[in-house]
Amino acid sequence: MTTLDVRFRVDWPGFTLDVDESLPARGVTALFGHSGSGKTTLLRCIAGLEHAAEGRLRFNGETWQDADTWVPTHQRPIGYVFQEASLFPHLSVLGNLRYGQRRSAAPPPGERRFSLEHAIELLGIGHLLKRKPGALSGGERQRVGIARALAVNPRILLMDEPLASLDLKRKQEILPYLERLHDELAIPVLYVSHAPDEVARLADHLVVMEGGRALASGPLNDTLARLDLPIRLGEDAGVVLDGIVAERDEHWHLLRVQCGGASLWVRDTGVGVGDHVRVRILARDISIAHQPVTGTSILNALHAKVVSLGDDSHPALSLVKLCVDGADDDEGAPVLARVTRRSADQLALAPGMTVWIQIKAVALL
Amino acid sequence: MKSLRTLTLALAFGAAANASAGEGQIAVAANFTAPMKEIIAAFEADSGHKIQASYGSTGKLYAQIKNGAPFEALLAADQKRPALLAEEDLGEPDSLFTYAIGTLVFWSADPDFVDSDGEALNKGDFDKLSIANPKLAPYGEAAIQTLEALGLKEAMEPKLVMGENIAQTYQFVDTENAEVGFVALSQVMEGGEIKKGSGWIVPGEMHAPISQDAIILSSGADNPAIKDLFGYLKSEKAHAIIQSYGYETK
Amino acid sequence: MFLTDTDIQAILLTLRLAAVTTVILFFVGTPIAWWLSRTRSRWKGPIGAVVALPLVLPPSVLGFYLLVTMGPNGPVGQLTQALGIGLLPFTFWGLVVGSVFYSMPFMVQPVQNAFEAIGERPLEAAATLRASPLDRFFTVALPLALPGFITAGILSFAHTVGEFGVVLMIGGNIPGVTRVASVQIYDYVEALEYGNAHRLAAVLLTFSFLVLLALYAWRPQQRKL
Repeated sequence: MTTLDVRFRVDWPGFTLDVDESLPARGVTALFGHSGSGKTTLLRCIAGLEHAAEGRLRFNGETWQDADTWVPTHQRPIGYVFQEASLFPHLSVLGNLRYGQRRSAAPPPGERRFSLEHAIELLGIGHLLKRKPGALSGGERQRVGIARALAVNPRILLMDEPLASLDLKRKQEILPYLERLHDELAIPVLYVSHAPDEVARLADHLVVMEGGRALASGPLNDTLARLDLPIRLGEDAGVVLDGIVAERDEHWHLLRVQCGGASLWVRDTGVGVGDHVRVRILARDISIAHQPVTGTSILNALHAKVVSLGDDSHPALSLVKLCVDGADDDEGAPVLARVTRRSADQLALAPGMTVWIQIKAVALL
Repeated sequence: MKSLRTLTLALAFGAAANASAGEGQIAVAANFTAPMKEIIAAFEADSGHKIQASYGSTGKLYAQIKNGAPFEALLAADQKRPALLAEEDLGEPDSLFTYAIGTLVFWSADPDFVDSDGEALNKGDFDKLSIANPKLAPYGEAAIQTLEALGLKEAMEPKLVMGENIAQTYQFVDTENAEVGFVALSQVMEGGEIKKGSGWIVPGEMHAPISQDAIILSSGADNPAIKDLFGYLKSEKAHAIIQSYGYETK
Repeated sequence: MFLTDTDIQAILLTLRLAAVTTVILFFVGTPIAWWLSRTRSRWKGPIGAVVALPLVLPPSVLGFYLLVTMGPNGPVGQLTQALGIGLLPFTFWGLVVGSVFYSMPFMVQPVQNAFEAIGERPLEAAATLRASPLDRFFTVALPLALPGFITAGILSFAHTVGEFGVVLMIGGNIPGVTRVASVQIYDYVEALEYGNAHRLAAVLLTFSFLVLLALYAWRPQQRKL
């Protein structure tokens, strides 16, 4: 089993980090939380940039830190992307890319080396190689920073809010590249973020951090659908479903995405039929009814089973966890609905009850 | 504003303005510091005048006088500077006199190194010989003349290190960075004998006399305190003090 | 040529002293500056103060202590004698030692400031790119601090050229060995040879002015980097 086992305790004036988690060393694991929640400190501890006095860190059975061991940062097989790209201003883009590549060990026999050319191609920075970092835009700098981290052929990629310093437009410019990483890279990624939309788009596994502790950790869908967490997500409470584009409706510019047993219509964004995609459904966009509703503008109405009910941040509201495809609770795609407590009472919602849900908006990520 | 300027001027020239009230300001060559302090104390006690003395290298004092320093007399370490001041109408030629004659001593901080006949100099069993810069200091000039008289100048040249003045020359030997040096007897003498290390008093005929001249400057020409001080320097009492520091008097 | 042979000898000696001192300071001052810029030790204050001392200390004090410690009874003097080097006062290398101490703050402080301005981030980035601490120092810290090094080198060189008090105290005024230009000027002034003094002083004045002019003309450009 490839895992990253972390156990750290850091006591600073006014801040404590106390984490003991086993994270999957595959796919993208998001460390999500507000600023001050300890997510960046945790990432720095994993990179060896912070030396937690009390800590144990094992990556795929290899010990990087314990009471007797300390592997310094430069000997850990990591790639690290900083919030501000932190490129070397005295080197060209190519010089920056080669800096780490030159110093990294050759991969073990049989493993393919991640080539510099591949990194350049993946991040689309071929035209920037001769420039100095000072002559790049923020987005370009960050792409170079990511390529530079990949060029060392890391066995795990650590990313510290790589989009946080960018404006919305630059963010939109980079996100596709990050998705390509997600799709094309075999290496695990730890991704620190405080932005729910980034997490929804990129993460497979979610660790929610608060006050220096991991509140929850698990597969993205399960974790997002937990009733105890959405309170902390507020307006962003909702789920993310993986699906395949099943059909394109040329006339109405719509796509049908098949998520498990559920079929959802979304706006056509140009992806191809058969592509794997993600859709995000916010709890506030779901309404519940006993019967299928007719004469409505809403496209997506699904049959679902109530799994459980929970409190929300406001006493007038409650959260309902449902399972959409009508199969077993565990097998179906979970969704969250936010309804008033009065409605829940009127509908007499209870676990096991089958209902119809109307989804007002489905975002194709 | 105007009153402030007046005040500044009064402060700057306070000493000069007060000179008529029995006060004088003089410049004294550094090597004569110790005897001069004793002489001034005795003079003030005997005459009631007050004397302010500044001590420094003769070259610097001379340059300061030429550039308007408020000194009323100079007790130099040589004869050249007082004579120049007389020539340049900055001093009173009539007041020029030799107040002390320095004695050169070949000295080591090691009490056993130098014998009383100066054989140690002939033997040359040392790496560094400290002398005052002959261009600047009469003691240095006398040291070179002595080496020439002994026929040792060529042999000693590679061993020479030079102090800017006789005080620094002494310092080089005293810290033993130079084993030996030609210093002023006044620097190593106390109570009529060499107090520390070992030395050979260089016979006077080996070099031109190291005469130290004094001159009253134009600004002090009419100051009775200065006139009285010059008279006092020629007295038996002052001579006794001067001689006790290893100088001769005329 | 309006300078005498001894003047030229003194100028060449001065330049040699300044060059040797600056080169040695690069090697001695850089580790000190690095340590000062990175340490959280309680010794940072005292060590920084010692390095800065020559800024406020009269050169005569420094020269006097050097004369005493490098003399036959001083600790440095005993060490150099035991090593068979002999005594340092009145030698060119003695002046070099004195100048290294005297110009130390002019090397350490600009370099330390440059190191501090780099911050931790570029070095952390280098660490994640497999660079060892020494590697990071040479490939990241040094190049990024280059403007500080240039400033420090120019200031150290110029300050050594302008050195007087320390040389006077430990030099012994030996032509070609320890008689540097500033001492030569002093001797001219003391000997009332004002004409010679003026000529040599003018050379030093012009040199110092040009050095500082170059430094100030170059500084605004470096900010654009």
